[in-house]
Amino acid sequence: MAERPIRVLIAKPGLDGHDRGAKVVARALRDAGMEVIYTGIRQTPEMIAEAAVQEDVDVVGLSILSGAHLDLFPRIVDLLKQKGMQDVLLVCGGIIPDEDIAALKQMGFAGAFGPGTSTQDLAKFIRDRIVARRAGVNA
Amino acid sequence: MDHASVEAVRAGDPRAVARAISAVERGGAQAREVIAAIFRYTGHAHVIGVTGAPGTGKSTLVNESAKLYRRRGHRVGIVAVDPTSPFSGGAILGDRLRMQDLSGDAGVFIRSMATRGSLGGLAAATSDAAKVLDAAGFEIILVETVGAGQSEVDIAKNAHTTVVVEAPGLGDDIQAIKAGILEIADVLVVNKADHDGANSTVAALEMNLNLKPKGENDWRPPVLKTVAIKGEGITDAVEWVCKHRAYLEANHLLESRERTRLRAELEMVVQRELMARLVHGVNGGQIEVLVEKMAAREMDVYQAAEKLIGGTR
Repeated sequence: MAERPIRVLIAKPGLDGHDRGAKVVARALRDAGMEVIYTGIRQTPEMIAEAAVQEDVDVVGLSILSGAHLDLFPRIVDLLKQKGMQDVLLVCGGIIPDEDIAALKQMGFAGAFGPGTSTQDLAKFIRDRIVARRAGVNA
Repeated sequence: MDHASVEAVRAGDPRAVARAISAVERGGAQAREVIAAIFRYTGHAHVIGVTGAPGTGKSTLVNESAKLYRRRGHRVGIVAVDPTSPFSGGAILGDRLRMQDLSGDAGVFIRSMATRGSLGGLAAATSDAAKVLDAAGFEIILVETVGAGQSEVDIAKNAHTTVVVEAPGLGDDIQAIKAGILEIADVLVVNKADHDGANSTVAALEMNLNLKPKGENDWRPPVLKTVAIKGEGITDAVEWVCKHRAYLEANHLLESRERTRLRAELEMVVQRELMARLVHGVNGGQIEVLVEKMAAREMDVYQAAEKLIGGTR
C-alpha cells in the first residue's frame, strides 16, 4: 500500500491583508507531493484548530505578517492540545523577528521560516520529520 | 477498530470521525476494519451530490445550503473533493476556504479529500468517508465533486440526489443536449444568475429537458437560479432537493437507488481487489514480460490480459 500523502493545513491567523506567501508555500508543498488544505486569511485560533482536527493533518503551518504571533500562536497551540492534536508538527512563517524564535520553539514549533526560505528546504524539513515520526509510530 | 473508537464515531466525536476517515482513505486492512465496524450504523443520511464545472460556485452553494440545513436543525457532514496532481501526487484542497461560515458549529463536519488518482470526479474513498459521517449521525451529507467536465458522473451512483451546478456563459444549446453530466441531474442550478446570459442558460437547459420523453411518474429536474455568494435562491434549491428525496420515498425509488449504488460499489471494489491480486499475486512478475511482448508487437493487449488473468484460473 502506498504511503499516505503528508497532509498539511496552511492557515493565516489574525488580520493580515494578503496571503501571497502562504499561497506560494501551499503551491510548493503541493509540488512536493503533499495534500495542502488552504483556508485563506483572517482565521481565528478556533477555526484553525477545528480545521486541523477535521482534516486530520500531520502538519499545521501558520503564516503571519501582523506581528501578533506571540498573542495568537499560544492560543492555537493550546486549542490543538485540548482537541487531542498534541502530536501535530507545528511550523510557522511570515514576518517573525529572530528574538521571538526561541519563545516559539518553547511553545512547540519545530521551525520558523521567514522570507527568503527555499521552499524545497521547507518541504524537506517537513518530510524528514513526518517520515521519522511515522517510522516511530509504526515501530 | 476497538469498541471505544466505534462509539466515539457514533457519538460524533470530531477527532474519532476524522481518524476513521483517514483510515478509510488509506485503504487496505485498516479501511476494511473501519467499514466492518460501522456499516451497520449507516443508511440513515440523505446523501446529496453537488457537481459542475470548476468555478461555477459549488463550494459556495454547499456552504449556503449547509447553513440552511443547520437552521432547520439537521447535522451536516461535507466531503469536498479536489484533484491530486498527476505529476507530484500533491494537491491543494481549497474548498474549505468558501465554507468559513460553518466553522465553530459542532453540528457541521467538513473533510477535504484529494482524488489520489481516481477519475470520475470522486476519490476512491469518498463513499466510505460518507459512510463514516452517516454512522456519526450526520443526517445530511453533501458531497462536492472535483470541478467536473462532461463525464465525471460517478457521483450519481453515490448520492441519493444529484445537484448539477451550471453558470452562465459556459456553452450554447448544443452543450446542453450532449450526453454526460447534465443527464445525471436531479436538480439543475444555474448559479451566478446575476451575470449576463443566465436566462439563456436556463432556457437551453429547459429546452433540453423538454426534449426528453417523460413518463407519467418521472421526475422532471427543475432548473433553478441562484446567486450563492449572496444567499439568493438557496431556500428554493434546498426545497427542491427535499422534494426529490420525498419523490424517491413516495415511489419506493430510494430502495432501488440504494441497490444500484451498492451494486456499483461492489463491482468497483471487486475490480480494485482483483487488479491488486493480479498485480501482487503469482502472475505479477509477468507484467513486465507481457509489456515487453506488447512493445515488441508480439502480443496485443487482449492477449496479454488473457495471459495475466488466465494464469489465476
